Amino acid sequence: MTLLNEDQLMLQESAAAFLSEKAPISEFRAMRDAGLATGFSKDLWAQFAQMGWAGILVPEEYGGSGFDLTGAGLLAREMGRNLTASPFIATAVMATTALKNLGSDEQKSANLPAIATGSQLFAIAVDESRKHAPAKTALNARRSGNGFLLNGTKCFVSEGASADQIIVAARTSGEPGDTDGITLFLVPSGTDGVTCSATPTIDARGFATLDFTDVTVTADAVLGEVDGGYDGLEIVLDAGRACMAAELTGSATAAFDMTLSYLAERKQFGVPVSSFQALQHRAAHLHTEIEMAEACALKALAAFDALAPDTWRHVAVAKAKCAQVAQLAVQEGVQMHGGMGMTDAFDIGLYMKRARVAGELFGDSAWHANRLADALGY
Amino acid sequence: MSDLETFRVQTREWLAKNCPQDMRDGANSEEASCWGGRNWEFTSEGQRFWLERMGARGWTVPTWPKEYGGGGLSKEEAQVLAEEMAAIGARKPHDNFGITMLGPALLKFGSHEQKLEHLPKIARGEIRWCQGYSEPGAGSDLASLRTRADDHGDHYIVNGQKIWTSYADKADWIFCLVRTDFDAPKHKGISFVLFDMANEGVSTKPIKLISGASAFCETFFDNVRVEKANLVHEENKGWDVAKYLLTHEREMIGSLFGAMTGGRSLGEIAAHELGTDTAGRVDDPILRGKLVQNELDALAFGALLESVSAKAQAGESLGAISSVLKYYGTELNKRRHELLMDMGGSAELEVTPASGDGQRARDWLRTKANSIEGGTSEVQLQIIAKQILQMPGA
Repeated sequence: MTLLNEDQLMLQESAAAFLSEKAPISEFRAMRDAGLATGFSKDLWAQFAQMGWAGILVPEEYGGSGFDLTGAGLLAREMGRNLTASPFIATAVMATTALKNLGSDEQKSANLPAIATGSQLFAIAVDESRKHAPAKTALNARRSGNGFLLNGTKCFVSEGASADQIIVAARTSGEPGDTDGITLFLVPSGTDGVTCSATPTIDARGFATLDFTDVTVTADAVLGEVDGGYDGLEIVLDAGRACMAAELTGSATAAFDMTLSYLAERKQFGVPVSSFQALQHRAAHLHTEIEMAEACALKALAAFDALAPDTWRHVAVAKAKCAQVAQLAVQEGVQMHGGMGMTDAFDIGLYMKRARVAGELFGDSAWHANRLADALGY
Repeated sequence: MSDLETFRVQTREWLAKNCPQDMRDGANSEEASCWGGRNWEFTSEGQRFWLERMGARGWTVPTWPKEYGGGGLSKEEAQVLAEEMAAIGARKPHDNFGITMLGPALLKFGSHEQKLEHLPKIARGEIRWCQGYSEPGAGSDLASLRTRADDHGDHYIVNGQKIWTSYADKADWIFCLVRTDFDAPKHKGISFVLFDMANEGVSTKPIKLISGASAFCETFFDNVRVEKANLVHEENKGWDVAKYLLTHEREMIGSLFGAMTGGRSLGEIAAHELGTDTAGRVDDPILRGKLVQNELDALAFGALLESVSAKAQAGESLGAISSVLKYYGTELNKRRHELLMDMGGSAELEVTPASGDGQRARDWLRTKANSIEGGTSEVQLQIIAKQILQMPGA
């Protein structure tokens, strides 16, 4: 395990300072109350682009900051801490990873600079039912002329309502459940036959259901190989999962900190409730769990950057563990806030709702645990 | 080539020449260890040779200064040595509470003479140490200990009783907490002394445990003479030494259980013992779910250990993180052994030759002490709450 380098530490510091000032939880609350359909502020995204964060993973030759995934994860963690809503993971992490790893030279030069400047937003459309299952992709892509005809529906698409372009996983051969026969396509969201319906979610972010009816795309829309898209998709998903894990540790830490402050303030029986041993031991246990979650999120990010062959395993551990720990943090948080934890006026409930959604996205802890057990042969 | 790479190459060559074949099986259990001391019976010629060669080089205690019998290695070099040893499955040449507990405390608090006298003998495995901390009336509330050392000018006379003294019946010397001031507040009247277990008035009695083993003893002191030269740090300031040493002990216990995640996973053992369904999954879906949860927690704990050790190597002071490691590592290990018993079923409940006379059950019972010795889990949680989370009145 290596420690963070100087660039990463600086990035972490500037992210902490910027987000707590420009995008704190009160901003998120105001946005939610205003009912903003995108689920994030476009002004904020423009500032992200200026800071070089929209293009955090974009190589310098395409106008980006050229950080590795650990850098992106550090940002995601700070965003989790402040509940900052942004299209960061969909566009800056996952779409950038997809284009960098799978894109042709034309696709890279057409899209990576636009990501870095903040002018183009992307969504990754994978799941088709209530639980994460990339191999079960059924959305049909049939050859037609020199291109393809897409038919099917994607749900729980993060930033689906605001994306300019959609990276969609489609089935070009085989059956749902097969990992072979999946192809990724890059489809502009304005293409004829693409219908987007925004899906309000408990965390008030910008999810959508996307319907594809006889959508015609040319062969140039293929990202990576026809029929061989699954492995590349897994890498894109793993990048997103690792950053999601980091986001969850940020949220867990913030939820824990606000709970500790509340315990210190709140008096019952004439003393602060933080002086009760029944609560102290639960807090100490939670601290231990959060330390582990942070360590395995950083380890997954580092494995991804080192191109370790077992990166997927570290990512599975991180996504599963960080989701569990964040959920423990918010559950303990609400309980320890007592009746106040049930009110909308306190922030702890906002963390609870986001941790539930972030835990579900790209595979919940059971999905990743199962993946781990399968691969280890039991 | 960098200095560190040169060191790696030289280390690899030296180990290839000096590590006996039978010391390359990666065994790291308490039973497989060489504990050294006056009465140690080597289990093989290889074990003797390995201790001698590593001891002579100071590599039993790689980072201790050379003048005190250590290897004088930097943290980076010690890491290289550990990696090269792991690469050939080399056993630790020597286990001794002198290495893991007393040594670090003496290096910090001992006088030059005390270091010269005791550390090289630890490094070479000549003296085996035990720890005299707990007493019948002083467990979690260790500072209330009552074993007394009365001042007789150039020496003390020690009277009292210790309990849970690991391997007291096999140890040569003891590092011991004694009360030198009965009027002071309890933390401020304790001193840290060293003495020979062969001294007149010292006796030990092994305690039979639920596992059938007797690793722990009751230890009695009846007018034992202890020279004042063997007082470590100042009189009545023994608690500082004791706390420092406990921190090391906790870190060690925690890391030990982290390291145990190597080898075959619980899931693989279960698949082998219980069989699998047509999809290759353990033929008990509920057990499988518990196994993978334990595996997840173990891997996450392993990640934390790595991060803590990287920070320690970078010189960060760790403090109460040792309580985090001790608490979680021991609880995790207990859960692991519960699962091993779950999958073992009736076969591991038998005390027959087939079950190695109930080896798995004995190991399982032994783990119950993990969260008691070295400070209970509840004590660790209290330390975390107070020292890390700054919660009041804790």
